[in-house]
Amino acid sequence: MVDYVIERWGLIAYQAFQHLSLVVQCVLLGSAIGVGVAVLVYRNRSATALANGVSAVGLTIPAFALLGILLAPFGFGITPAVIAVTFYAALPVLRNAVVGLAGVDRATVESARGIGMTRAATLLRVELPLAWPVILAGVRVSTQMVMGIAAIAAYVLGPGLGGFIFSGLSRLGGANALNSALTGTIAIVLLALVLDLLLVLLGRLTTPRGIRV
Amino acid sequence: MSETTSVPSPGATGDRNISGVSIRLEGVTKRYPGQDRAAVDDVSFEIAAGETVMFVGPSGCGKTTLLKMLNRLIEPTSGRIHLGDEDVTDQDADQLRRRIGYVIQAGGLFPHMTVAANVGIVPRMLKWDRQRITERVDELLDLVGLDPAVYRDRYPRELSGGQQQRVGVARALAADPPVLLMDEPFGAVDPITRQRLQDELLRIQEELGKTIVFVTHDFDEALKLGDKIAIFDVGARVVQYDTPERILAEPAGDYVADFVGAGATLKQLSLTRVADVQLEPVTTALAGADSTAVVAAAQAAGDDFVVVLDGRGRPISWPTVAELSRTTTVPVTVDERLPVVGLQSTLNDALDTMLAASQGGVVVTGRRDSLAGVVTVETVMAVIQQARAEVAR
Repeated sequence: MVDYVIERWGLIAYQAFQHLSLVVQCVLLGSAIGVGVAVLVYRNRSATALANGVSAVGLTIPAFALLGILLAPFGFGITPAVIAVTFYAALPVLRNAVVGLAGVDRATVESARGIGMTRAATLLRVELPLAWPVILAGVRVSTQMVMGIAAIAAYVLGPGLGGFIFSGLSRLGGANALNSALTGTIAIVLLALVLDLLLVLLGRLTTPRGIRV
Repeated sequence: MSETTSVPSPGATGDRNISGVSIRLEGVTKRYPGQDRAAVDDVSFEIAAGETVMFVGPSGCGKTTLLKMLNRLIEPTSGRIHLGDEDVTDQDADQLRRRIGYVIQAGGLFPHMTVAANVGIVPRMLKWDRQRITERVDELLDLVGLDPAVYRDRYPRELSGGQQQRVGVARALAADPPVLLMDEPFGAVDPITRQRLQDELLRIQEELGKTIVFVTHDFDEALKLGDKIAIFDVGARVVQYDTPERILAEPAGDYVADFVGAGATLKQLSLTRVADVQLEPVTTALAGADSTAVVAAAQAAGDDFVVVLDGRGRPISWPTVAELSRTTTVPVTVDERLPVVGLQSTLNDALDTMLAASQGGVVVTGRRDSLAGVVTVETVMAVIQQARAEVAR
């Protein structure tokens, strides 16, 4: 195993970077979409229920099935991988953003409006900062989850560490097959831990002192 | 609505500095879809510049709705609203609100912003320069009795309820708005803190002369703070709108009489300010002074206690002469339980404070917390007896 890793160090590092890059970009995009949709729906009770329903049902769709469906219009390659990973990344963020925005004290929002803040300013300077810890918790969940889903995206020839796992599994019993699968898996777990640590750090740095618990 | 009252109310004196503007409502109505009764039904109303008007009434009577229509947090279904000579009914609501201070329960502070950021938020929206905002924030914190150096950089959760409320008032006053709307601001603090906040509001109002509209469910609070009181019935129908004195003396019908409650003679205690009664002179001593001289002076004056003052003339304790004669120098310790009221406090507050401290009197402080004298329970009783005698006549 050690030999295997040392021999292929360049390739592993390259794929790890690809994996990380796919996950980070998709989480950023997914978070933007999740928060954006949450902002659109959180004031309307039925729209909120719909969004929560979509995020609950969406998470139950098997990643394999979604990738399979995406293959038809987009073919193999990076496009279906990005779409699928972004889709899963957006859902936990959407749910948490809705909860976080709805959880902001109504009196605080009313006082913001009462002293003459516009709707947009109230959202940007009061509601989103107050909902931020909850939103960030959603981003962490989504990052962890998408780490694994990005591995499955290798099935459609997307980039990343999933390639090691799939090639290992397809040659099971052959030389280095187990090493290959294990390398991919362990590397993903390590990346996930590092990324989560960074997100915790980000949370520390971006949560205003007044609402830090 | 006559202005002739026996006791001039604290806001009605002509030479006072007035920075407020008048408010005029014309047939203001609010109907919510699906409700057959209007929440606010055709209310016409005028508030003079620089007056404090208290809105009281049972919950659900529409008083808060009416208040929120003044800054258009609730849009009226019909009717016009004028601030001074301006019809503001169709003005941009956000711009309008920056000219109207708004204080709600617990201040409505933004928990993720420091005290300074909270207070400076309206000036920032009005694009004041940074230097001016900083100066204004410090000035306002000073005005509401919070030391800027200590509190500027704190977060709301690091403050007590009373302090949060002060910051809320400071924020509402930041851009020097002519009108201040207060929606049950002191409802969530303990009675002693509430009384202090009320005293402070009276002091600030005396200095600034804003037009204040204040919603409360506490009739004693209305008596204490209001130049005028508006008593509402369902649909925000104005049942009586008059000075506290006249509402007590001539309640308009049973509804108001019920609201005012029995014991209207005792309510006189809420109308009489500490400043209105004869304060007892008292022997004072500087903390750290020689006890024997002080004891001799007190005995010569016939006092059985002495008020100890700190270097800035503020009372810090009131030992009895007997206690003092056992010491060599006047103690410098601050008595946290020293009963103190301000000149603007009502006799009701003074009596409350005495009862809470189990004392027969309270120390009265005037400007900058310096000693003004002492009010004893006998003085309060005399006022009650006088009021009773007047009622009997």
